[in-house]
Amino acid sequence: MSDLLALLVAVPILGALLTLVAGYTFERLGWGVALVTSLVHTAMAGTVAAQVYAGGEPLAYAVGGFRPPFGIELVVDGLNAAVVVLVAAVALGVLAYARRAGPHSPAFYTGYLLLVAGLSGMSVTGDMFNLYVFLEITGLAAYALVATGDDGRSAVGALKYLLVGTVGASLFLVGIGYAFVATGTLNMADLAEKLAGVGYGSTLVRASFAFVVTGLAVKTALYPLHTWQPEAYASAPDSVSALISALVSTVSAYALARVVYSVYTVDFLASVAYAREFVLVLAGVSIVAGSVLAVMQSELKRMLAYSSVSQFGLVVAAFAVANEAAVTGGLVHLVGHAVMKGGLFLAVGAVAARTGVRYVEQFDGLADRVPLLSAALATLSLSMVGVPPAVGFVGKWYIALGAIQAGSWPIAVVILLSTLLTLAYFLRLVERMYFRSAATTEPSADSPTGTGAAAVADGGNSGDVTDDERPVLGRGDDADFGRPSVGMVAVVVVAAVLAVGLGPLVSTFEPLLEPTLDLLLQP
Amino acid sequence: MIAEILLTRYNYVVVALLLPIGAYMMIENRNLVKKVIGMNIFQTGIFLFFITSAYREGADPPIVGSGGEAATYVSPLPHVLILTAIVVGVSLTAVALALIVRIYTEYGTLDERNLREVRADE
Repeated sequence: MSDLLALLVAVPILGALLTLVAGYTFERLGWGVALVTSLVHTAMAGTVAAQVYAGGEPLAYAVGGFRPPFGIELVVDGLNAAVVVLVAAVALGVLAYARRAGPHSPAFYTGYLLLVAGLSGMSVTGDMFNLYVFLEITGLAAYALVATGDDGRSAVGALKYLLVGTVGASLFLVGIGYAFVATGTLNMADLAEKLAGVGYGSTLVRASFAFVVTGLAVKTALYPLHTWQPEAYASAPDSVSALISALVSTVSAYALARVVYSVYTVDFLASVAYAREFVLVLAGVSIVAGSVLAVMQSELKRMLAYSSVSQFGLVVAAFAVANEAAVTGGLVHLVGHAVMKGGLFLAVGAVAARTGVRYVEQFDGLADRVPLLSAALATLSLSMVGVPPAVGFVGKWYIALGAIQAGSWPIAVVILLSTLLTLAYFLRLVERMYFRSAATTEPSADSPTGTGAAAVADGGNSGDVTDDERPVLGRGDDADFGRPSVGMVAVVVVAAVLAVGLGPLVSTFEPLLEPTLDLLLQP
Repeated sequence: MIAEILLTRYNYVVVALLLPIGAYMMIENRNLVKKVIGMNIFQTGIFLFFITSAYREGADPPIVGSGGEAATYVSPLPHVLILTAIVVGVSLTAVALALIVRIYTEYGTLDERNLREVRADE
């Protein structure tokens, strides 16, 4: 059954090839092939996770039959089983949404499946260099996907993302190089032992930790290293921003946790105090700065992007605190954030497809125009803020609890502060939607309102819809930009329901995670 | 001390020079193509670091039956790894250049500052 681990990576890659070939011969087949691949992938991910959680034992697979310390190993334990399922499920949801909304070229579906393959690979691999390779596959697919937008803006965003992302991955590679020079191995489990043998006081080991963490921090978009993210998210097509925001940074943050716990181990964090401080300060600054920057944004997708900077600071802080409650919280928030942020991007996309609004100022009275989408948007926003019983609350609660248990009071204070700031930027949205009436004036050309409407009118979101489905474009208040498909709305609603419903489920999930955490966090 | 490092570890010194040169080009150069070249230099520095880490004075190539009798062999693993990393680097360069072509057709400039002005006018 452990063959499934290899298939988790292989199936999306095969699917990507098939989509490319089938898509160019039969124009409309791309989506179908991608859907079948994604369904198979989800089923496999579910099976793997069920096995891991039922057995309480990690699954391992030696690629090509080479034994682990020499060959590449794929490992799934309680920590990454959740991530594997998350990748598959979010990819499936976004695919359902992309049928109407997304770019429709075969190239898009190919890039999309390659992204899924890269993310699955990052989640299951047990080898440092292999992790780097999948990091780059994920990166390449993500750059290409961001560039699938219609205008030059998305190409500029993608290039910026590529340059910064490459530096991040390269720093990670330098870190691997240092660890390799120190130990002569690349397998994570083997590295953990040999690094301990070299000694955590070694400059080489400490430098490799610094490089690896910095590299992954770029990919996760922590504060001073986040600059690629708002541009990339804001300029990508809606389906792509949802997929990337939900998964790419998430899996990078997971990789950070995996490297810290499985390679450097908690002993390293304990014996090199400033390594932990370094990560905690990075995360803490990220939490506050991301929230403050989000409050300042007027374009909704940009605001959501900066909000991600803050939320990932929270997750990384949890992983640096490194006790059971905090790591549980970190994992829950990782999954919860993916559902909520992905859902928010999809909701914003669906609202834009219906009404053409993309700026916070334009959300006045939106609840009257699109009640269902507004309700979903508000639910997701409040969940993001951390209103119980939503999953956003549960994650933050566990992280704060862990921080207090570990005596990291500054982190607990920062979490509270950032929650207030999160409230500030989401509440103004909810307030505008529900408690203000729609403006009756024609949007003027020089205001952001005008550019927003124009950006959509010239095909921001709906440009790829085939001619017979092209929505009627109109001007002014009653402009009907067309109706988002049932699938699009359904996916948004499902995300909102999940955001609320996953919260109470965490208490049943927690015991399943415990054996893994005991193993990872033992001193 | 410094002279000794320069004489005996010159390969690492070259790596340590290439990385900041590449990074500086990516930050400072206004031309997008030159930024990508900077990225390549940055990556090449890392490739050299891996390759140089495998080198041992007087060691034989790790080929069975090559007649080498030395007790030490050059580690083949970093070379293989770097082959993969080079492939990744080439793909990245290709994607970057494809994006630059699109930016040029869209905005008619490759200069970062001009690009910012053009986009501000939009």
